[in-house]
Amino acid sequence: MSTVRDGPRPVDPGPGIGPTLAPEPYTVWSRTQDTRDTATLVLAPSRTGSVPAFEPGQFNMLSVPGRGEVAISISGDPGRPGEWVHTVRSLGLATQAIAGATPGSLLAVRGPYGRGWPVDRAWGKDVVIVAGGVGLAPVRPLILELLRHRDRVGRLEVIYGARTPDDLLYAPELAGWRHRTDARFQVTVDAAGREWYGDVGLVTQRVPDARFDAANTVAFLCGPEIMMRLTAEALESRGVPRPAIWVSLERTMQCGIGLCGHCQLGPYLLCRDGPVLPYADVAPLLRIRGL
Amino acid sequence: MIEPGSSWVFPRAEFPSLLAGLERAGYRVVGPTVRDGAIVYGTIRSVGDLPEGWTDRQEAGTYRLAKRDDGALFGYNVGPHSWKKYLFPPREQLFTLRRDGSASFEVTPPPDDEPPLAFLGIRACEIAAMRIQDRVFVGGGTPDAGYARRARSRLVVAVQCGQAGGTCFCVSMGTGPAVRAGYDLSLTELIEPGRHDFLVQVGTPEGAGVLADVPMRPATPADLSAGEARVARAAQSMGRTMDTTGVHEVLLRNLESPVWEDVGRRCLACTNCTLACPTCFCHSTEEVPDLSAERVERWRRWDSCFNLSFSELHNGSVRATVPARYRQWLTHKLATWFDQFGSSGCVGCGRCVTWCPVGIDLTAEVRAIRAADARAVPPEGGPAP
Repeated sequence: MSTVRDGPRPVDPGPGIGPTLAPEPYTVWSRTQDTRDTATLVLAPSRTGSVPAFEPGQFNMLSVPGRGEVAISISGDPGRPGEWVHTVRSLGLATQAIAGATPGSLLAVRGPYGRGWPVDRAWGKDVVIVAGGVGLAPVRPLILELLRHRDRVGRLEVIYGARTPDDLLYAPELAGWRHRTDARFQVTVDAAGREWYGDVGLVTQRVPDARFDAANTVAFLCGPEIMMRLTAEALESRGVPRPAIWVSLERTMQCGIGLCGHCQLGPYLLCRDGPVLPYADVAPLLRIRGL
Repeated sequence: MIEPGSSWVFPRAEFPSLLAGLERAGYRVVGPTVRDGAIVYGTIRSVGDLPEGWTDRQEAGTYRLAKRDDGALFGYNVGPHSWKKYLFPPREQLFTLRRDGSASFEVTPPPDDEPPLAFLGIRACEIAAMRIQDRVFVGGGTPDAGYARRARSRLVVAVQCGQAGGTCFCVSMGTGPAVRAGYDLSLTELIEPGRHDFLVQVGTPEGAGVLADVPMRPATPADLSAGEARVARAAQSMGRTMDTTGVHEVLLRNLESPVWEDVGRRCLACTNCTLACPTCFCHSTEEVPDLSAERVERWRRWDSCFNLSFSELHNGSVRATVPARYRQWLTHKLATWFDQFGSSGCVGCGRCVTWCPVGIDLTAEVRAIRAADARAVPPEGGPAP
């Protein structure tokens, strides 16, 4: 038998817990109740130290120590480093504890993780952003980034849908965005009372009204899978090429670094390869139930 | 000189001096032992702890020990345990978080006081499995510190199989039975009338080091060919085969095959296959706070894609049905593992076949999918949709 060139031991990754599984302490700086069950927190490092840079569309792992850890997308302004902004909807024990955290309380945070929106693909193009429900949270950094570099993109169309007017996120900011003349924000709700003056219906029904040059457009979608699929189909029927459409996908994430296996979608580990992926790659997978 | 690449022979009577060499080098030796009617991995303090004179009979859903009359120390194949329990423990503390007042906290890793491990009796398929988990835990961008620390200090004392079990198919998966890489020492048990020796092939300087006090002689060409003959016999007696040609494409173009429904209705979703599998790595993390949550431990424990809760999202589980969960397991193991980690996730050890309580055999399921695929795609029909 020949000498083994391929030794049996892996290389040394360094001591400790590993750079990415150990959380850092953060203090809740401010808390805004967005809707009945959703709040936005601004977090500052509890100790002196810098907050890592992030890309729009990435996420952090958050916990109130002892109450369980969850993946929450980053909703802050990429142009304002030094803080984390997270919009959290109360759905289980961990998210209830986080969304209910009052100013001054302590959170454990690690991240950022994942691949975000490919912002550089927007330069020189018309941009269509379609968000549903709490799906506006991961696209807020993208909207802010594009507005800051407004001259680098063509038309900017944002379609945002929620269940009712009371479920709209970032209401004051949204009102400001809707007054802009250099971008168009369409807002629609599934159901509303007579106090609502806007549109009622699905986001897909707003796509025909959106103004863009289909051949020269990129689209970024975030919301329930069925919403993204139907929106992508509506965009394709208007001539947007499938490779120009990007989606942000959701699965349970526990480690954030591609080790725990929870966030698989076919060949993808969404925490590592996503959460933002080209629609062209995932469209065949999203058609299959229970994958 | 005992150098990497050299081969030696020592008699069975000198096996204790190999164990002594491992202990002297500071290793805690773990290897096969008989417990509760099965061969499982545990601490080896003396040769008496090894399953001397035992063999196993394995079929789908069946495992039985039996005596053999040649006094072989390694005359069996793999049991319900795999070595992953040492490198990727079933439950592992990641860290302890201690609040320091209300304003901050400190995070400390668990103590690292375990001696390095020597894996005695690891088979070729199991080395392949270990290297697959190495790629998962330390091969990517963000290595797992605990796994890497244990893997770094391990010593691999392999044994080449002289026979195959009823559910073995390492030949199909290209992982065995010959031990060709990833070992510090590789043993082959040579039993013939009037002879009970061990052929030892040295893989690394660490392996050479533990042989220093073992009375042995250089291997002759006859010893080497006797070893090769035993491995060849194992290769010829595989209980199972699997055609891996294009299996990635075949599985991924049959995600809606009726076979998933058929196998899913037999599957109990008991998770045995994933726990016995030497490469399955899925796990969950959980927090254990004290009453005041001043001190919180974060733990990792083995989980399984067969558990309903594994794919739970806020609006229910993504893989709500058992067929969907079986499809996830098999397509991950044989197909999407390539996309994620650059290799198959299956080494052909047969544990999932043996330890399935209803005897589901993945080699048969792959054949069923291929048959359904062939019916759907005419042979001259060009590329499948």
